[in-house]
This record gives sequence, C-alpha cells and structure tokens, in this order.
Amino acid sequence: MELTGADIVIQSLKAEGVEFVFGYPGGAVLHIYDAFYKQEDVQHILVRHEQGATHAADGYARATGKAGVVLVTSGPGATNAVTGIATAYMDSIPMVVITGQVPKHLIGNDAFQEVDSVGITRPVVKHNFLIEDVKDIATTFKKAFYIATTGRPGPVVIDIPKDVTAERCEFNYPSEIKMRSYNPTVKGHIGQIKRATELLVSAERPMVYTGGGVILGDAAEQLTTLTRKLGYPITNTLMGLGAYPANDRQFVGMLGMHGTYEANMGMHQCDVLLAVGARFDDRVTGNLEKFCPDAKIIHIDVDPSSISKNVKVDIPIVGHVAQVLDNFLKVLDETGMEPNTSALEKWWAQIEEWRSQDCLKYDSASELIKPQYVIEQLHELTKGDAFVTSDVGQHQMWAAQYYGFNKPRRWINSGGLGTMGFGMPAAIGVQLAYPDETVVCITGEASIQMCIQELSTCKQYGLPIKVICLNNGYMGMVRQWQEFFYEKRYAMSYFDALPDFVALTESYGHSGIQITRPADVRGALEEALARKDELVFLDFITDKTENVYPMIPAGAGLNEMILV
Amino acid sequence: MRHIISILLENESGALSRVAGLFSARAYNIESLSVAPTDDPSLSRMTIVTTGTDEIIEQINKQLNKLVDVVKLMDMTADVHIERELMLIKVNATDGERDEVKRLVDIFHGSVIDVTDTTYTIEITGNGDKLNAFMEALSSISILEVVRSGLIGISRGDKAFG
Repeated sequence: MELTGADIVIQSLKAEGVEFVFGYPGGAVLHIYDAFYKQEDVQHILVRHEQGATHAADGYARATGKAGVVLVTSGPGATNAVTGIATAYMDSIPMVVITGQVPKHLIGNDAFQEVDSVGITRPVVKHNFLIEDVKDIATTFKKAFYIATTGRPGPVVIDIPKDVTAERCEFNYPSEIKMRSYNPTVKGHIGQIKRATELLVSAERPMVYTGGGVILGDAAEQLTTLTRKLGYPITNTLMGLGAYPANDRQFVGMLGMHGTYEANMGMHQCDVLLAVGARFDDRVTGNLEKFCPDAKIIHIDVDPSSISKNVKVDIPIVGHVAQVLDNFLKVLDETGMEPNTSALEKWWAQIEEWRSQDCLKYDSASELIKPQYVIEQLHELTKGDAFVTSDVGQHQMWAAQYYGFNKPRRWINSGGLGTMGFGMPAAIGVQLAYPDETVVCITGEASIQMCIQELSTCKQYGLPIKVICLNNGYMGMVRQWQEFFYEKRYAMSYFDALPDFVALTESYGHSGIQITRPADVRGALEEALARKDELVFLDFITDKTENVYPMIPAGAGLNEMILV
Repeated sequence: MRHIISILLENESGALSRVAGLFSARAYNIESLSVAPTDDPSLSRMTIVTTGTDEIIEQINKQLNKLVDVVKLMDMTADVHIERELMLIKVNATDGERDEVKRLVDIFHGSVIDVTDTTYTIEITGNGDKLNAFMEALSSISILEVVRSGLIGISRGDKAFG
C-alpha cells in the first residue's frame, strides 16, 4: 500500500517499537503531526521548548536503554534541540532526532525557518541524514536506530524536507540492515583477556575504575560478579554510579575532582588499574602527568578511539564490556587463578585507613539546612532505589556523593557536557517510562530556571515528579570556584531576584513547599514522597556558603585533594 | 611526523565535510586533501596528508574509522608507496626566457600545455619535493599562477586497497 512520507515516518517509529516521541510542532513538520493525529500507536509528548524534548528523550533512553526519539521543526526547532543533542552525544546516549526541513526546492535559499540542520549538528551526532526521496525514509530510519543503539551509542539526526513527507510510496520496513561502512560488533580479543587476567590477579594494590560504558552496555551484573570474586576495591565515575552497589564494602565511592579521599588515593597508589567503559576524562584524571604513576593499566572499551586517547594503557581490550567481563570470569574459572590475598589484606588496611578520614563529613549540627543532609535523608526514605535526575553544579555533586546508588540506570545526569536545565525534562522521560516508580529531580535554583517551563508538560501528562531544589541563592559551583580561585570576587554568581518557587509551581498547577529549618527536612520529603499522584516542588533554603569537598584543583594530581 | 592517509568513503553529500569537520574540531592538521570518485561510483577515495605525533596520528586513524561514512582506511606512510601530485603553473615567458623555461620543463619531464606571446602554462607531476624543486628552478622567472592538486598515493606491489 502506498503511504505518504509522514505516514511512513510514523510506521517506521512503530516498527522500531517506539512508545514516546518528544516534540514540538512547526511548519516543516505539520504533515508528520497530521499523521500523528490519525493514529494511536506512538504517543507524542508535547514539551514547552525543544531543548526539553531532547533531554526528556535522553532521560527516557538512559533509564530504559532504548533509543529516545525527538521530533522538532526546522530552523529554531532544530537549533533549540542542539544543546540536548550535544548532551546525549557527550554521554553516548542512543537517540533519534527527527528535524523538519524546508521543502527541497527552497533548501539553500535562506527560506523561512531554514537552517542547515545536518551541518549544525554534524559535530555533535554519531551520524546524520538528509532524506531527499520518500523512498529512502524507511531505510534511513532503520539505519538511524541501528547506528544510535549499537557499538558506542549516540544521537542520530534525520532531517526531512517538508515536501518529502507529502510524497507517496510503497512502505516496506527492512527487517535488518547491513552497512559496509559501519560494523559495530566487536569481540574482545581472548589472548588479550588472558594476559589482562594474569596481570589483574598478580596485583598487590589493585583498583577497579568503571564508567558510563558499564551502564550503557548493561554489564553491571558481570562487573559486580567479577569485582566480588576478586575482592578488589572499586570506584565509579560520575557516569558510572550504580554499576556497583554503593552500599557494598568494596565500593570506595566516586573518583575524580569531587571524588572520595579513599577512591582518589587508591587510584594514585594502585599498581594495577582495571578501567572498564570509562574514558579517562579530565575531571577524573586531574593532571595527566601525575595520574596513577605506579599502575599498569588494563582498559576495556567498545570504542577504540577511547583507548590511549588521554592515558597510555598497557593492555587494551576493544569489545562490548559485558562480553569481555564474561570472558574474564570464564578465564578465572578455567585456570583457577586467584588474587594475591595477603597483599590484598594489606591494601585493604590502607584503604580503610583512608576511609576512616570520613572525607564526606559535614557540619550536621548546623542551624542551616545542609544540602548533604537533604540528599542523605532522601536516600534513607527511598532506600537508594529512586530514579534520580539532576542538573549541573554543586547539587549534582552532592547527589552523586551522598545518594548512594545501588542499581544501574537510576542516576541520570549530564556528565560530559554539563548541561544546566537537563534534570527536569530528563525526569519527564524517566517518569513516562516508569510511571509507578519514584522519580526525583535534584536541582538548584539556577539550573531549574533553565528549563522550568517543563513544569507545564508535567501537568499536562500528570507526571508526579519530586523536585528537590537545593536553593542557596547562588550558582553554587561558580561561587565555590570564585571563593577558592578568584579571592571571593563573586562576579555574577548571585541572584538578586529569584522567583517564589512555591507560587511559581502552584501557578503551573502543582504544589510546592518551602523548607527553611533542618528539623523540617525529613518531614517535607516524607510528605512529598507520599503524594504519589502529584508533582511536588520542595524548595530547600540551604546554607549559602557550603562547598563541595573533597576537591582536586585544576592541574593537581588525584592525591592532592582539598579536604573539608 | 608526516603521514599519508588513504580513505575509501561513501560517495555521499556531506561525507567530505564530516572528514574536514573532524580535523578542525579536534585541531588536527591537514597539509593537503584530495578526493574524487573511484571506479565504483558509490565510493570516493580521499588522500589526506597530515602531521602529528604518533599519539595524534593514532587518534586521527581511530577517529576517521569511527565516521560512519568511512568504509576503509589505510595509513600508507610505513608501506612502500608512490606519491604523486599534479601542478599547473603559469609563468611569464618572453624573449630569452622562452627557451630557458622550455629547457627546465624538459628536464623536469613536464609539458607546456598552453602558450601565448608572453606566457607558458606548464603541467608537471611528481612528488611534492619535485614540484617544489621545479618552482625553485624557476626562481628567476616571474610566476603568475600556481595550482596544485594535493597529493595522491598508491602502494607498490600487487597489494590493492579497495
């Protein structure tokens, strides 16, 4: 049967099993919206700004592992989506973004709402397409989902001129696709895995360091099994939290710029480092010259270009992390190799000594609300099982340090790009995917204002997100850097005018509570969590001067932390 | 160090800008770049001359391989290979200069492909050094215009890339 291009778009999404499309209509995509109107298979979620659509799709993707889907119009629709596309790209999140384009004969004409979407998005996508023929729509969608979700995942943009969505052709969705130029199936080299296993068990001061790749590659189970079997200390990056249960003794916390003392000292002094699905980002390594000076490094990653990009590694293994870790376990079983337990005992004694520093302690007797306390209470009340999204800044670091994630895909934040405004729309995607789960957005009064319009989307779809705003009146992380490195010249980091968040939330049709005393924190959280069917905005007025500790200043090594 | 990277890529609109964009986004050098379709019209062959430390060259190779439009890639620097570049050059040639220029063209195995009363246009091929040497030899002659194609290369022997 012949269908219009617009119908083929919808049918292709349906064939890919897409539940939700996050979008915003406009001239160039009206044919597609008309096709949406005539069907009920794919649900369209109307956001209030295209950036919100991309973050919502991104949150959905991070929580479920499936590709998030976005639909925006040409021109400003596409440019507004760019921040969200770049956010997904930096964190390797599978996403398919459909952008409308002006009709083919107007391309290059500076037409109304025309922008070179393929050109603008090129540096921040895994791949992108401009569809010039209605016959190419189905194949292009198949390719887009295939590229977005395989190998190292990432966003793919499909730009469709308006006239193409009106043309007709026969619809056949390909059941599989092969591309001569794209072959993402890589198996870890078994010889390398054997060598790596030998090195790993020979370690006297081992460290396991894992990143977002373990979450994306659904390898948390294998990682946990292997780490427990070896009895080694493990640290997660910001993107990797939840891959190993935070409440386990072997977990030494997050590493890097705001990592724990024990994690960073462990990294600095280890003799064998097993890096899994992590990319040695500058926020993790600190000064590269001083990074892991004594360590032999094994690095497992699905993307060859991540290997030896920043830090030269001794044993590289390119492959899917789950499959490679399975092979590690197999090699251990088959050969009966065992770790050096007496050396390990000494190493653990050293780690426990570092741990006893209690680097995350804070003034719990304060009369002001300490942000750390809010997160700790939230952890207790949700048993570390909630889906937590965050924005970017101090609150993000406190959430990462104090929430204690025990499961993968529960911690959803913009790590690579550091996009303020991410948290609230991301929570929309998560809550839609898991309507019965507790979804919390931890934010600050600065970040939340960057996408606050999405409170309206939450109302439209009845999403009972719990917003936890750690309101210190400052762009806290900027203020902290200005305090430390700019002699307390607080240039533009203070808000002279903030909205009344409770009233603002109420005007969107939700309820809000302002909390000013530490004694009221737990009660407010309990109340909000008990209101299962509505969004509650908790505006915690916190200590303005609180800083995130530990901190590694720029240019320093992991062992040169500023402690509280 | 200087490297010559040969790439087979999908002959699609935008493929060139993906490669060029990668180099500028990651601050890699491009000394020259040439591209044209191959005997298979769905494929283009691109030759890039670049410079960088071993680590940077390794990253360039890996990042290029990651581009979805790149089908195959070879760093031919280490292999025995032939490099060629085409140069078209227009020079002033009047009176006694005409013989002198013609002699130089013969020595460098080039040819004069267009003539006016006052100018010669010369075609010459070879590796970059040869073309540079030719221009040097012309130093007493007034050069009006130079067009160079950028380098292309192919490996010696029966091994074929494709």
